[in-house]
Amino acid sequence: MNPLPAITDWVHLDWVLVVVVAWLAIGFMGVVALRRFRFVAVVLFPVGACFSLLLMAVALSAAFSGTETAVLPLGLPQLPFHLRLDSLSAYFLLLIGGVSAGVSAFAAGYFRQGEGTPPGLMCLEYHLFLASLSMVVLANDAYIFMVAWETMAMSSFFLVIANHRIPEIRHAGYLYILVAHIGALGILLCFGLLQANTGDYTFANMRAQHLSPFWASTAFVLAVFGFGAKAGVLPLHAWLPEAHPAAPSPVSALMSGVMLKIALYGILRVSFDLLQTRIWWWGVLLMAVGLATALFGVVFSTVQVEMKRLLAYSSIENIGLMCAGFGLSLLFSAYDMKALSALALTASMYHMLAHAFFKSLLFCSTGAVMHATGERSLGKLGGLMRYMPWVAWPTLVGALACAGLPPFGGFVAEWMLLQSFLFTTGLPNGFLDMLVPVMAALIALIAALSGYTMVKYFGVIFLGQPREESLSHAHDAGSWERLGMSWLVAGCVLLGLFPNQVIAIIDPVTQLLVHAGLAHTVADNGWLLIPVNVERASYAPAIFLLGILGSFALAFLLVRKLYHGRMRRVPPWDCGYPWQTPRMQDTAEGFGQPIRQIFEPFFRLKRHLPKAFDEQPSYKVTLEDPLWYWLYLPVATLVERVSRIIGMLQQGRIAVYLMYSFVTLIVVLLVVKR
Amino acid sequence: MSILGVLSQLLALVLALLLAPLLTGWVNQWRARLQNKSAPGLLQPYRMLHKLFNKDSVMAEHASPLYRTAPYVIFSCMLLASAIIPTISTDLPLSPAADAIALVGLFGLARVFISLAAMDVGTAFGSMGARREMLVGFLAEPALLMVLFCASMITRSTSLTVIVETLAHRDLAIYPSMLLAGVAFTMVSLAENARVPVDNPETHLELTMIHESMILEYSARHLALLEWAASLKLFAYSCVGLALFFPWGVAEANSPLALFLALPVLIFKLAIGGFLLALIETLSAKMRIFRVPEFLGTAFLIAVIGLLVNVLLGVG
Repeated sequence: MNPLPAITDWVHLDWVLVVVVAWLAIGFMGVVALRRFRFVAVVLFPVGACFSLLLMAVALSAAFSGTETAVLPLGLPQLPFHLRLDSLSAYFLLLIGGVSAGVSAFAAGYFRQGEGTPPGLMCLEYHLFLASLSMVVLANDAYIFMVAWETMAMSSFFLVIANHRIPEIRHAGYLYILVAHIGALGILLCFGLLQANTGDYTFANMRAQHLSPFWASTAFVLAVFGFGAKAGVLPLHAWLPEAHPAAPSPVSALMSGVMLKIALYGILRVSFDLLQTRIWWWGVLLMAVGLATALFGVVFSTVQVEMKRLLAYSSIENIGLMCAGFGLSLLFSAYDMKALSALALTASMYHMLAHAFFKSLLFCSTGAVMHATGERSLGKLGGLMRYMPWVAWPTLVGALACAGLPPFGGFVAEWMLLQSFLFTTGLPNGFLDMLVPVMAALIALIAALSGYTMVKYFGVIFLGQPREESLSHAHDAGSWERLGMSWLVAGCVLLGLFPNQVIAIIDPVTQLLVHAGLAHTVADNGWLLIPVNVERASYAPAIFLLGILGSFALAFLLVRKLYHGRMRRVPPWDCGYPWQTPRMQDTAEGFGQPIRQIFEPFFRLKRHLPKAFDEQPSYKVTLEDPLWYWLYLPVATLVERVSRIIGMLQQGRIAVYLMYSFVTLIVVLLVVKR
Repeated sequence: MSILGVLSQLLALVLALLLAPLLTGWVNQWRARLQNKSAPGLLQPYRMLHKLFNKDSVMAEHASPLYRTAPYVIFSCMLLASAIIPTISTDLPLSPAADAIALVGLFGLARVFISLAAMDVGTAFGSMGARREMLVGFLAEPALLMVLFCASMITRSTSLTVIVETLAHRDLAIYPSMLLAGVAFTMVSLAENARVPVDNPETHLELTMIHESMILEYSARHLALLEWAASLKLFAYSCVGLALFFPWGVAEANSPLALFLALPVLIFKLAIGGFLLALIETLSAKMRIFRVPEFLGTAFLIAVIGLLVNVLLGVG
C-alpha cells in the first residue's frame, strides 16, 4: 500500500475526501453520544458546519483547476471506486458546502427536542446524508455512483421519518422511498445502456462509447425518468409535497436545497457529459416536461394552506424552470449554437445555486416558526413579525429572492433564462422558432405567479394580526438558528449582487459541457452583467440596489428636513368599523381563492357549502392533485391485483412448495436436455 | 459617461418627479370635464402632496417596521423606474444598470411591497386589496414583459435606450406585432395604474376597490409618498408607451440642443396620452373583479400573438 502523500502535495480531491471522512466520523461520534442533546447540538453540528465551509473553500479552488481523478482501493475485488473531481462536480460541491454550512448551524439550534429519534442517531443520518451527497458528485463509475445514490436515498428516508410515531409521516416516508427506488431502477437501466455491452461501468468508458441514436435516446429518457423521480419532475412529483412536511425542517432544507439539485446533476452528467450525441428533440422534451412541472408546481403552491407543502410545491416549480433551461441548452447544443447553449446552461446553473440558498432559508424559517408556535397551518399563524423579527426579516429576503425579484439571486437567474429564451430566432427548425417565445411567455407567467405565492406565504405568516391567542407567546429564534439563517441570507444577497463573479465559477462548467462560456464576455465589465453585448442587454444589480437605497435615503431625509417626522400610534382605522377581529383577515384559503378559481381544471376540488338552515354552518374545501387519481392510484391497484394473482402461488403448505420445486426441476431438465 | 449624460440623467429624474403629479392632475381635469363636472386645478395634486406632508402621521399601533418603510421603498422603485426609461434623452448613465426585464422586476418589487404593507395592519380591506393587487399583477406582469419582448425582438435588444434609438431610426413602417403589442400595452397599463375598467382611482370605501383599499390605513407623509409613487408609476407607464410606440423626438447623446427640443415634445405627447386615458376611462364601465383575469388574460394572449407574428414574419 502506498504511504499517504505529504499534506503539501494533497490535491483538491484529497481534501474533499477529508471532509467526507470527517462527516462520517462526526456521525459515528453522534452514535456514541446517542442521547446527549447538548453535546450533539452544540459541538457536533457546528463542527460539521465548519467542515462544510472547508468543502466550500476546496470546491471554489477546484472549480478553476483541472480535472483530478483517483481510484480508491475500496469496494469489491476487481471493482474499485473511481472518483473524479471536475468543474461540474466542484460546482455541486460548492453548492453542498455552502448550503449545508448554514443548515448545519441552524440544525445546531433546531434539533434540541430530538424529534422522535435520538439526537445522536439523527446526527449520524444527517452527516451520512451530507457525505453521500458529496460522493454522488465525485463518482466516476456507475458502481460507486449507485452506492452513494442509494446511501443518499436511505439516509434521507430515515431523516424524513425521524418522527416515526406519527402514521402520516411513516406513510410519507414509504411513498418517498418507493418513488426513489422506481427512479433508481431507471438510472440503473440507463447506466446499463451507456456501457454498451462492454461490461466496463466506468464513466470514462461510457464517454468513449458511441451509441446509435435509438439507444442514446432510450438512455436519455431513462435518465430523465430516473433522476426526474428524485428531482420531483412531473408526473413523479407526488412524494415531494408529502416528504417535505414530514421531515424536520433542516432536513427539508437540505433535501429541497441540495438533494433535488443532485438529481439534476445526474441529468446533466448523463445528457451533457456521458452521452456523446445530442438530438434536438431531447431538448424539447426536457423543456416541455420542465415547463409543465413548473406551471403545475406554482399553481399548486399558490393554493396550499400548509407552510411546508407550499414550499415543496414551489420547489417543484423551480426544478421545472431549471429543467426548461437545461432543455433549451440541449436544443442549442444539438444545433451547435454554442454561445446560446452556454447562456441557457449558465442561467440554470445560477438558478440552482440561488434556489439552494433561498429555499433552504425558507425551510429553516418554517422550522423556526413551527418551533415557536407548534403550528404548521398558515390559517392559524399571522402577525409573527412582531414576535420573531429575527426570523421574519431573513424570510422576507428569502421570499423576495424566491419571487424572482431584483436585486436578489433568483432574479439574475430568471433574467438570464429569459434572455436566452428571447434571442433564439435562427434555429434551423421553424416550428421550434415559434415554440421558444411561447415558452418565454410561460416562464414569465410562472415567475409572476411565484410572486403571488410568496406574498401569500410571507404575508399570512408574518404580517397582520395573530390569528390565535397563543401566538403572542411565540419566541424568537435562538442564536444558532440566527447564525444559520444569516449565512443563508448572505448567500441570497451576494448571489444577487455579484453575478459576474458567480458566472466566473460557472464558466468552467459550461466549458466542460458545451464547450463555450460566458466568462470572456462578462470578465471586464465590473459591475455590469453583460451576457452577450452591451447593446443587447445589461444588468447591474449593485447599481440597481444603490439606486433604490439612495433614493430611499434621500426621500427619507428630505421629508424629515423639509417637513417633520411626527407620528401617533392609534388602533387601526379600517374604515371606522369597530368590531374588527383577526379572523376577518384573509386566510390562506382566501388568499389563494382567485387562483383556485382561475386554474380550476388543474385541481380535483371537493367543496362543502353550508345550507341555509344549518345550525352550525361550515365551509370546507379540499384540493387534491388529480394525478393521484389518473396515474398513481390506477398503478397501485394494478400492482395490487398482479400481486394477488402471484400470491395465489403461496399456499403455506410445505407439500405444495415441494411440488413447485419438483415441477421446476422437471422443466429445467427438459430445457437442458433439448 | 459624459457630463451631458449625467446632466440629462438628472434632468430626467427631476422632470419625472415634477411632471408626474402634473400628469395626474391633467388626467383628472380632463376626466372631470368629460363627465360634465367642474374640474380641479391642474396643480391640485401638488397641493394635496403638500398638505399630506404637513400632517402628523397616524399609524396603527401594531404596524411593523415593514409598514413604515414600504412607502419609501415603493417610491424609490418608481423613481428608479422613471430614471431608466428614456423620456427626453437616450443618453442615460443609469440605463445600462437595468433593462426592460429589470424594469418589470422593479414594478414587481413595488407591487410585492405594497401588498405586504397592506397585509401588515391586518384589516379585512387591506388583505383583500393585497390579494386583488397580486391577482392583477400576476397576469399584467407577464403581459407587460411580452409587450416589451415584441419590441426587443424587432430591435434585438432588451435595453430600453437601444430600443428607443433603433425604433426611432427605422423607416416608418407599421409592424403588425407592434400594433398587437400596443393593444395589449393599453390594457395592461389601465390595469396596472388602477384605472377604469379594472379599478377606479377615485373610489373610496367601495367593495370593488383594489389600489385604494391597500393604502386605506396610510396617512400623512406615508400616504403622500404612495400617492406620488402612483403618479410616478402612471408617468413611467406613459413614457414606456411613448418610448415603444412613439419613439420620435427623444434626444440622443451629444446633442444638447435636442435636449431642449425633447422637452416640449415629451409634454405634448404626454398631454395627448393623458387626454386619451381620460377618454377611455370615461367611455368604459368598471368590470366585475372576476372579469379582470379574463381582461388581462386577453392582453397576455394578444402580446404573445404579437411575439409570434414577429417570428412568423421573420423580423429582427
